[in-house]
Amino acid sequence: MKPEPNPRVWPGDIYQTFKAVGVKQVAYVPDAGHTQLISNCQSDPEMVAVSLTTEEEGIALLAGAWLGGQRGALLMQSSGVGNCINMLSVPLHCRMPLLMIVTMRGEWGEFNPWQLPMGQNTEKVLEAMGVYVQRATHPDEIGQIVNAGAQLAFNSNCVVAVLLSQRLLGFKDWSK
Amino acid sequence: MTEKKKGTLDRRQVMATVQAARGDALMVTGLGSTTYDAGTADHLNTFCLWGGMGAAAMTGLGLALAQPERRVLVMTGDGEMLMGIGAFATIGVQHPKNFALAVIDNEHYSETGMQATHTQRGVDLAQVAAACSFASTQTVYTEEELDAAIPKLFADEGPTLVVIKVNTQRYPMSIRLRDGARLKDRFRENLLGAAEAYY
Repeated sequence: MKPEPNPRVWPGDIYQTFKAVGVKQVAYVPDAGHTQLISNCQSDPEMVAVSLTTEEEGIALLAGAWLGGQRGALLMQSSGVGNCINMLSVPLHCRMPLLMIVTMRGEWGEFNPWQLPMGQNTEKVLEAMGVYVQRATHPDEIGQIVNAGAQLAFNSNCVVAVLLSQRLLGFKDWSK
Repeated sequence: MTEKKKGTLDRRQVMATVQAARGDALMVTGLGSTTYDAGTADHLNTFCLWGGMGAAAMTGLGLALAQPERRVLVMTGDGEMLMGIGAFATIGVQHPKNFALAVIDNEHYSETGMQATHTQRGVDLAQVAAACSFASTQTVYTEEELDAAIPKLFADEGPTLVVIKVNTQRYPMSIRLRDGARLKDRFRENLLGAAEAYY
């Protein structure tokens, strides 16, 4: 995809929130919407950025991080949520905190029809598993929502997914 | 494919031998027989997964990154490892020096009716890990080889993998703590102290 004309501010808001709440391990499967955030975390000497082969690895990684006394966050695209479902048993059964930041596909102006089945059901399957879902649709609310989600996860020992609406990434005309 | 040798070691004896050498190492065990084996020697520094098949190695990685001064040993079965086989690549790339992995390989899914796993049919986990940049890998078949490998699990620069070929003997389920939340709290309290574990 071509870069956006103006740099986005909200990935920096997420990064600053990670810093403020003490996130040390950031696991990710890349998504275009997470590019800036991944780059910020990679270049932070106080964070370890862990590239995964599949998203459920990140659930297990962050369970281990928590056992060892560190906070983490898992970055993925909505398609990756489907890969995580059974692995969510670990933090859910063990009442471990888990903070996931999910960039949405398959909704606002989607150009790839293969993204629709997972994108249209991301919220439902997460909620069916007992994950607390908090959605951000406006750029200026993202930092606050991630911060509240982090508090919910780390202080209430539960699994939280912050969904970043596809609309945040802007409409791209792929029709021609 | 290498020449086919049979595992003769006894899994519970392997677990006892490894446990005797663990010192202050932190351990993660995987679903299911390896967690049962570990249950025979319940330990405050062991976290036993009884779900999330495929999670063991990656849970150990997260723990190793969080506790770089401590040795972390993951013990799991061949079926559990195969489900999370991508973890070899992720761990190889991350390259934690304090991380070791022991796969107790009986070449069967023993919880579900002794169906063959891929390791019975030519898949060599040590070679997979070597190809994924592990610092050292080996497969052991005998007590002598196991005795020689154990110091590597606890001292060699990681990430290191030892595949331990065992026979197909099955044992009764021996879980001490069924509640993962309790197990997590106990592990964290012992490692971090109550003030940090519960703050």
